[in-house]
Amino acid sequence: MTLRNRWRKTLSYVMLSLTGVCALVAVCILFLMLGYLVYNGWRSVDWDFFTKLPKSPGETGGGMANAIVGSFQIILLATVIGLPVGFMAGIYLSEFGGKTFAFLVRYMADLLNGVPSIVIGIFAYAVIVIPMHVNSALAGGFALAVMLVPITARSTEQFMSSVPQTLREGALALGASKWKTIATVVVPAAYRGIATGMILGVARIAGETAPLLFTSGNNAYMSGGFTQPTASLPVMIFLRATAPYEDWHRQAWAAGMVLLLLVLLVNIAARLILSRGIAVQK
Amino acid sequence: MNDITMGAANLPSASSAAGKPVGQQGKLKAVNLNFYYGVYQALHGITLDVPANRITALIGPSGCGKSTFLRTLNRICETIRNIRIEGEILLDDENVMNVDVTLLRRRVGMVFQKSNPFPKSIFDNVAYGLKVNGFRGRLAEAVENSLKRAALWEEVKDKLHKSAYALSGGQQQRLCIARALAVDPEVLLLDEPCSALDPIATAKIEDLLFTLKDQCTIVIVTHNMQQAARVADRTGFFLLGKLIEYNTTEIIFKTPTRQETEDYITGRFG
Repeated sequence: MTLRNRWRKTLSYVMLSLTGVCALVAVCILFLMLGYLVYNGWRSVDWDFFTKLPKSPGETGGGMANAIVGSFQIILLATVIGLPVGFMAGIYLSEFGGKTFAFLVRYMADLLNGVPSIVIGIFAYAVIVIPMHVNSALAGGFALAVMLVPITARSTEQFMSSVPQTLREGALALGASKWKTIATVVVPAAYRGIATGMILGVARIAGETAPLLFTSGNNAYMSGGFTQPTASLPVMIFLRATAPYEDWHRQAWAAGMVLLLLVLLVNIAARLILSRGIAVQK
Repeated sequence: MNDITMGAANLPSASSAAGKPVGQQGKLKAVNLNFYYGVYQALHGITLDVPANRITALIGPSGCGKSTFLRTLNRICETIRNIRIEGEILLDDENVMNVDVTLLRRRVGMVFQKSNPFPKSIFDNVAYGLKVNGFRGRLAEAVENSLKRAALWEEVKDKLHKSAYALSGGQQQRLCIARALAVDPEVLLLDEPCSALDPIATAKIEDLLFTLKDQCTIVIVTHNMQQAARVADRTGFFLLGKLIEYNTTEIIFKTPTRQETEDYITGRFG
């Protein structure tokens, strides 16, 4: 074997190993993080965590029932506002959009998708919290809805566009109006994909902290309603983890694990729906 | 006068038994039709008269405009942006541009090249056209009737609520025909309906066309010249967006007047 040939082989081997090592590092970091979180969280989570209200600083025990309920409140609000708007916008982009306007909307949606979430938090703070003079679930839900709209719109558009044109023509040729065609043929043909996109979108916003920090605020008790400050899991994790009490750190781990498991479950459910959908449609 | 001839055309047995020369009652007429995709002109001055209760075949090489022409007849071509139509299409002497498009498509049904059943049950596929057109009556009966007309009933009567995708290709195409027939169209347009089917399935559909002839006017685009010769009463030959020759099928296949037609028919084309 010539020297040159040997050099080539060595180089090839080194580079190949390097890519493998990097892939391993990427996966390891993820699993280390998950493992550490679950290890700490599992020791800290107990029944009280789900049922009790937080104790005062310094006291041990208590739970985060208010934050769990609050998180659901805020996410529910975001879902109720964000999903319909995103869904309709997605239908528009896929079915009605002309050339220029649709391009613009699509571009804006992608831009909005990339906006740092804390900026969206500031926006919600400016338009809702300042006029109302109070942090509220409404402000938090609105901030999350702003994030959810472009996610839903783009995924809906994508799944609607993948419905074959021949199906639309089939319905139109039977005398269905354009709207009827969309509502009775195109959306039903794509609904599994659309639903999956929506669930993944909700899972994505469920873990967001930055938009909630100065919109939904915090509350040591159950929220008094959508216009009142409302505790949420992500904000609670932030506050508990940065406080100087040992028992609060424990609770932060527990909250982190619960949040992670929730998002993970939703993700798996969404992917299951999608894969079953594909199996049905061949 | 017009009413009288149309009345006769609507009585199936009367018109077929009388053996009138074909082309007497024009159901659909294209008059000097030009069609543009953007700046590209796909059809050049097509004038063609489709007789009622007859099968009219349109033949010609790929890209000659026969499918485009068919798609202008029920205005399904309008799903594409940037198209322009000049000239007139008359359905019972009424310009189709003046007819409400959903109403027009109820009267002029279409079957596509690739079978396109909806991702619904067999029953719901056939019932779809009835439902969107506000059918009031016994849905199950209407569906059964349509499936029988499309010669599919015997094969699917035990699995009406199974997915339409469970059917074979030929069955799916007959399901699409049943779906189109359910709304009782006056004209049925077929765009190469057998191109993806085997000879047995093709034969079934051709038999079906013969039985449907009494009830509606049929226009079929086909690549298969034997098929045109077998089923059609009249045949039109398209080439490069022009209607080269249009006459009874016998004349087109035996004694065409144009050299291009003869070249194409005999396979000497190109």
